[in-house]
Amino acid sequence: MSASPTRLPRLLVSLAGALLLWVALYGVLQRAATWLTRDLLGLDASTHLASAVEFFVFEVPKVLLLLTLVVFGVGVIRSFFTPERTRAILAGKRESVGNVLAAALGIVTPFCSCSAVPLFIGFLTAGIPLGVTFSFLISAPMVNEVALALLFGMFGWKVAALYLGTGLAVAIVAGWVIGRLRLERHVEPWVYSMAPGDAGLPDHRTTWEERLGCGLDAVRGIVGKVWPYVLIGIAVGAGIHGWVPENFMASIMGRGAWWSVPLAVLIGVPMYSNAAGIIPVVHALLEKGAALGTVLAFMMAVIALSLPETIILRKVLKPALIAVFLGVVTAGIVLVGYLFNWLL
Amino acid sequence: MIRIEILGPGCANCERLYRNTERAVKELGLDCELEKITDLNVIMGYRIMSTPALAINGELKFFGRVPSVEQLKEILS
Repeated sequence: MSASPTRLPRLLVSLAGALLLWVALYGVLQRAATWLTRDLLGLDASTHLASAVEFFVFEVPKVLLLLTLVVFGVGVIRSFFTPERTRAILAGKRESVGNVLAAALGIVTPFCSCSAVPLFIGFLTAGIPLGVTFSFLISAPMVNEVALALLFGMFGWKVAALYLGTGLAVAIVAGWVIGRLRLERHVEPWVYSMAPGDAGLPDHRTTWEERLGCGLDAVRGIVGKVWPYVLIGIAVGAGIHGWVPENFMASIMGRGAWWSVPLAVLIGVPMYSNAAGIIPVVHALLEKGAALGTVLAFMMAVIALSLPETIILRKVLKPALIAVFLGVVTAGIVLVGYLFNWLL
Repeated sequence: MIRIEILGPGCANCERLYRNTERAVKELGLDCELEKITDLNVIMGYRIMSTPALAINGELKFFGRVPSVEQLKEILS
């Protein structure tokens, strides 16, 4: 490529500088938020307003910092994976192993929802089973890096790991179930008549400079797009944090209300928001006594199942298969919700 | 006359590739026809899975990435 090799060291130095700045900023956030609220604005710490303002000025920079770091990291990691390579790994794998691999690769393979159809056709014509293909298509949106970063930032690593683990589990099991149901006849017939094979171009050799560039592009693209949602989400969260009384949510979204999980999922499925807007709200709800399982199920339903993607997939799937896909994933999310409410 | 096809269903990345290519073409002063292809059958005819992609006179040049204007100028010339 035309990029001169001398640019890499300079890029590395500026990235190292940015990382140092990141660490320094992250370290002073809590003190800065307290100082800003109590000393600069002179708010009385015992008031609702002070508590809401402090929540906002602490969470906004924290979430944006975490988001930037994680999105950059994921962007660089993704430059090692391509749909073509993933397909080569999955082709010829047995079904159960294939489901697990497909779900894992779904997280790291770069993929935008508008390439869902070419990818679906490419996988099937390469002989990858329908169920394995679905494991991939379910895990890709479900285990979302923005959600992961926010959950880690607001709830700690345990909840983030739970989200990752159960998201993978739903993708693996739902794909496996779809495979067992033998639904191949509900794929539009023209899909199987497409010529198999690949474009026959040699793999593009990606340089480290390009990989780091992928990370920066991801930050520019994703953080640049979601920051208003983060702001709105945290503002709503701050309101709940400051004014909604303790345990208010317990009766509606608490563990005692068995119907709350399916209801949360049913409300969440048609909603299509991004993780950035939904998680700060979720965080505040949880503080007021909502159960983690209910809240996690709601969040997964909002993020994983989106109307636009379903409409795109209609080109290759008959309605019966779309219904099964939506049904199996929804059921999986409801189960996750109950599991958590029961476990924790 | 060269015919450049930008292949992709039309998401943000496809748009970015189109704009970059447009600029590269202008800067090189190429005489060519630049076309957006959103028809899936045509796209799949190139046997690609990841979009966006670019083809010159029916020959696929790359897929699944958005090169910079500089890189595109190199590919086009």
